Amino acid sequence: MIWDEEMECITRDDLEEIQIKRLQDTLKRVYENVPYYKRKFEENNIYPEDIESLDDIKRLPYTTKDDLRKVYPFGMFAAPKKKIIEVHTSSGTTGKPVVSGYTKKDIKIWSEVMARGLTMMGVTEDDIIQNTHGYGLFTGGFGVHYGAQRIGATVIPISTGQTRRQIEIMKDFGTTVMIFTPSYGLYLSEVAEEEGYKPSEFQLKAIGFGAEMWTEEMRKELEKRFNAPAFNIYGLTEIIGPGVAMECQEKNGLHIFEDHFYPEIINSKTGETLPPGKRGELVITTLTRVGMPIIRFRTKDITSIDYDECNCGRTLARISRITGRADDMVKVRGVSVFPSQVEKALLKIDGIQPHYQIIITRPHLMDEMEVKVETSPELFSDDIGEMIGLQKKIGEYIENEIGLRVKVTLVEPKTLPRSEGKAVRVIDKRKF
Amino acid sequence: MKIKQISIFLENKKGRLWKALNILKDANINLRALYLADTSEFGILRLIVPEPEKAKRVLEESDFAVKMNEVIAVELEDKPGGLASILKILKDSDINLEYIYAFVHEKKDKAILFLKADKIDETIKVLQEGGATILTEKEVYKL
Repeated sequence: MIWDEEMECITRDDLEEIQIKRLQDTLKRVYENVPYYKRKFEENNIYPEDIESLDDIKRLPYTTKDDLRKVYPFGMFAAPKKKIIEVHTSSGTTGKPVVSGYTKKDIKIWSEVMARGLTMMGVTEDDIIQNTHGYGLFTGGFGVHYGAQRIGATVIPISTGQTRRQIEIMKDFGTTVMIFTPSYGLYLSEVAEEEGYKPSEFQLKAIGFGAEMWTEEMRKELEKRFNAPAFNIYGLTEIIGPGVAMECQEKNGLHIFEDHFYPEIINSKTGETLPPGKRGELVITTLTRVGMPIIRFRTKDITSIDYDECNCGRTLARISRITGRADDMVKVRGVSVFPSQVEKALLKIDGIQPHYQIIITRPHLMDEMEVKVETSPELFSDDIGEMIGLQKKIGEYIENEIGLRVKVTLVEPKTLPRSEGKAVRVIDKRKF
Repeated sequence: MKIKQISIFLENKKGRLWKALNILKDANINLRALYLADTSEFGILRLIVPEPEKAKRVLEESDFAVKMNEVIAVELEDKPGGLASILKILKDSDINLEYIYAFVHEKKDKAILFLKADKIDETIKVLQEGGATILTEKEVYKL
């Protein structure tokens, strides 16, 4: 089934006509209502009326996460504050988070794109969706929730954690659709087996996952364990949340909802636009957002785009699964972590040299993050208790900064690689 | 009355203890006593050597984190109850020990006890009043 056949199977010509109209409207709105964009456009000597075709979009300046952070909290809002009915923030916080504001219409758009995506997975009003994504400032929980309600499916807003309860509810409520991160899904299946259940005998008909990187092998493993197909969900808070692009039954890339989000692929170093099929950084311009429209947002996610019609009948372009980042961000247990956050935490402790290394592993199913920190003569104490206390303190400071518990290992002075050019701060031993 | 002890931070990694001791060997420094405290991830090596300043310097030149501190050396009778009698003095005076280590002394049926307490001067006083024999640096290095 296709949720919005008219839009999802539209011809390219008709789509482009809608896109240019919406783009022009968006540019006019941001120029008039967002001082940041007015200034930025003027600095670049470009005005909304200069954009006459979709190709002209290349002339517009990019928006980066840093730009969004600088206008924290509400500087990017294009609608009056009384029209904003909900806010969310990005999870990876290097300094201030990015705040996204939604008007009633934005929530409607969000519900609509998620409804399209969930329909691709086969969700109907008969389904019971167990949503393990967190409800809160994070967009994951609410995005899925709104989409499922738009369809009329039953949502179990259980949020993250309480693994044994999750399993009990899956079984007792007869959950038909699970939403989780791949690693949490694998963990759930293990715990279920330990509890004497057979997850493959649950009544699941589909799984939706996102928020972290995964491999085709991991998908196959999940599908085998739960005996249900698994579909990829892509999104980001700066744009709207989950529901920017989603996978259909073909599982051959994620359909990006181009009537709302205009995609470009660029060479992240030169900024040059790349042709379809070439891998590069995904750049998105929102075409319909009211509360917080964003022009040419640098997602830093590496993908490629394919405009060929899909076997499912949809004509909307597909982006390939995200396989890397254009910056040094890593996702650990679904949380975005920048090495600079760890550095910031370390610098708060007297006597610590900012020589550290982050090691990410997946020893079993869950990600583990270890931070190696060099001791220094100032830090070192003959008292074991003090040293353990120091280790604990470093761990707490880092957890405070990134929101994840990490293992801290003290190493001898000058044993970590020094920065010659760019230091290797992160060693990711997981296999994607 | 106070004996200089050097403490060295070691990662729990193959070859680290050897490396530290090898540096001392190359500097021709002989060990008088050694005590290694460890956790699952790191250890602290405590050494009594005749030339503590030199030992600290050569280790630091090889990038080890080293701290110099002071301990007390007490001579004990090498017989049952020898250590207990010393600990009783401290217990009765409410002195808390951070750690102790001991070794026996071949020549004179004596054992040497090194002890680390935060109130070192008070500890020395209490031990002396209790009749314990406290050794000087010179006596320790001659062992």
